[in-house]
Amino acid sequence: MAHAAWILAALAMLATATASRAQQRELPVNSIADGVFVHDGQTAQMTRYNDGAIANVGFIVGEDAVAVIDTGGSVREGRQLMAAIRARTGKPIRYVINTHGHPDHFFGNGAFVQDGTTFVGHANLPRALATRGQFYLDAFRRTMGDQLIDEVSIVPPTLLVSGTLNLDLGRRPLILRAWPVAHSDCDLTVLDEKTGTLFAGDLVFLAHTPVLDGSIRGWLAALGELSALPAQRVVPGHGPVSEWPAALADERRYLQTLASDVRGLVTSGKPIAAAGTAAGSERSRWELFDDFNTRNATAAFSEIEWE
Amino acid sequence: MPGYLFRLFGVAGLLLFGAPLALAAEANDPWPGLVQDIFNNRPMNDGSDVIGIEMPIRAEDAAIVPVTLRTKLSPGDIRQVLSITLVIDQNPAPMAAKFQLGPDAKVSEISTRVRVNNYTDVHAVAELSDGKLYMVKTYVKASGGCSAPAAKNADEAKGRLGQMRYRQFEKAGEGPASGAREVQIMIGHPNNSGLQMDQVTQLYVPAFFVNDLRLWQDDSLVLTMEGGISISEDPNIRFTYVSNGTKRFRAEARDTEGHIFQREWQIDDSGI
Repeated sequence: MAHAAWILAALAMLATATASRAQQRELPVNSIADGVFVHDGQTAQMTRYNDGAIANVGFIVGEDAVAVIDTGGSVREGRQLMAAIRARTGKPIRYVINTHGHPDHFFGNGAFVQDGTTFVGHANLPRALATRGQFYLDAFRRTMGDQLIDEVSIVPPTLLVSGTLNLDLGRRPLILRAWPVAHSDCDLTVLDEKTGTLFAGDLVFLAHTPVLDGSIRGWLAALGELSALPAQRVVPGHGPVSEWPAALADERRYLQTLASDVRGLVTSGKPIAAAGTAAGSERSRWELFDDFNTRNATAAFSEIEWE
Repeated sequence: MPGYLFRLFGVAGLLLFGAPLALAAEANDPWPGLVQDIFNNRPMNDGSDVIGIEMPIRAEDAAIVPVTLRTKLSPGDIRQVLSITLVIDQNPAPMAAKFQLGPDAKVSEISTRVRVNNYTDVHAVAELSDGKLYMVKTYVKASGGCSAPAAKNADEAKGRLGQMRYRQFEKAGEGPASGAREVQIMIGHPNNSGLQMDQVTQLYVPAFFVNDLRLWQDDSLVLTMEGGISISEDPNIRFTYVSNGTKRFRAEARDTEGHIFQREWQIDDSGI
């Protein structure tokens, strides 16, 4: 017994030491353009082992201030992003911009709550957080555990975007654009004009199977205008930073295939339980396909059957 | 609204709806409490020879999980299925739906779509003309990722309010002579759970859902559904019944705000 207790105590000390080190650790970020930094999220589901750090998050440094674009899948990841910012600049964080209301993008908001920092989001984002926030906390407690979830708070935006909004970080204009329902009902993009860098949030997926939580018809309709944005490179919500607009090709093909296959199932009278067979030809081209494709097809089916 | 429809957690839920089983049920299996609340503690018989329930092993989209209920009585059985109640044990409103089967419609299969909030047992309970209850169950894992049992496109759902559609399918292997018809009824409705708090008023948004649906061929009842917030947005029922030869199919849906939606369709049996 005494022996076991000693081991437990040693493990507890080890865990505490690891946790405090983890809190000061910087999130690895790459400088992808002048004053633009991005952390490449791991292509995976959020778990207690990856701190929920599965989405691309980043920040832009202007002459006067910093804007953070998405805060990650846990407050721990948010703190590490903060540490990465502070290792590079002492300028104040004037804006935290959430590209939409999914947990891997906003669970880290709590790490950035302070005087002088304004949270920015799509005009629909407060509603999305009100409707889904508590459900997400409960659901991700199962996969991420109490330690990571206990400290997550739902921080809604106070500066809301409908249409477009220009923010300035000091000789560094950012153009924010709120989109009609597409990947979700609160998608927001951020264009850094100075470097031609587009933070597209989950309107753009590469490698990671696209996830449909809005409208497949809306998403396909948005791709035309999205591709016309004057950017040189895109930071997708998931997947590698890539050339713009070539980066859209895979996603466009997937969504078109999904819509077309689902339309065929609906027309031929198949039940929604058979939706998962749609887009099977895309299977080898994406990661996490089995985690998301049936879900996408089910959502698309319930939309397309109303055509 | 029956008290058992809601099993909200927390003080607000208890104050609003006075659901006494909330605290007791949390600790362990909610089913015994649900048998008491929904079925008045009547004995449950093994229903594996009476009905079947089919759901995916995992809820892919938490807001849209297909479920199919099937009657399994042999043609010679003199008993009839009067109703089937669908219970999603771990949902905030466990009683998802109660279907009453028209006495002459020979409904043999019902599919709909439900919300699944958590890892949960799902029970189907049939009441037969012998006066007994027969139960089967399955288990569904909650969906992963950012899927939520909430609206994806709330504005569009509101825009579709009250639209109704009828669709008839070819029944594989059964010619027109059998009279068997497979039909789908779609109702545009947000079927809003009301479980979210309004950020400004700090009050719960009232639930807004289709609570009563009735379907007839001419004046002969085919199927009714008493529904709750566990039924997905845009309630959708696909079912098989036997035609009495009439060419008129009617639907009437009512929601919690007192709207009444009515439609009727002329049935075209050509090619079916």
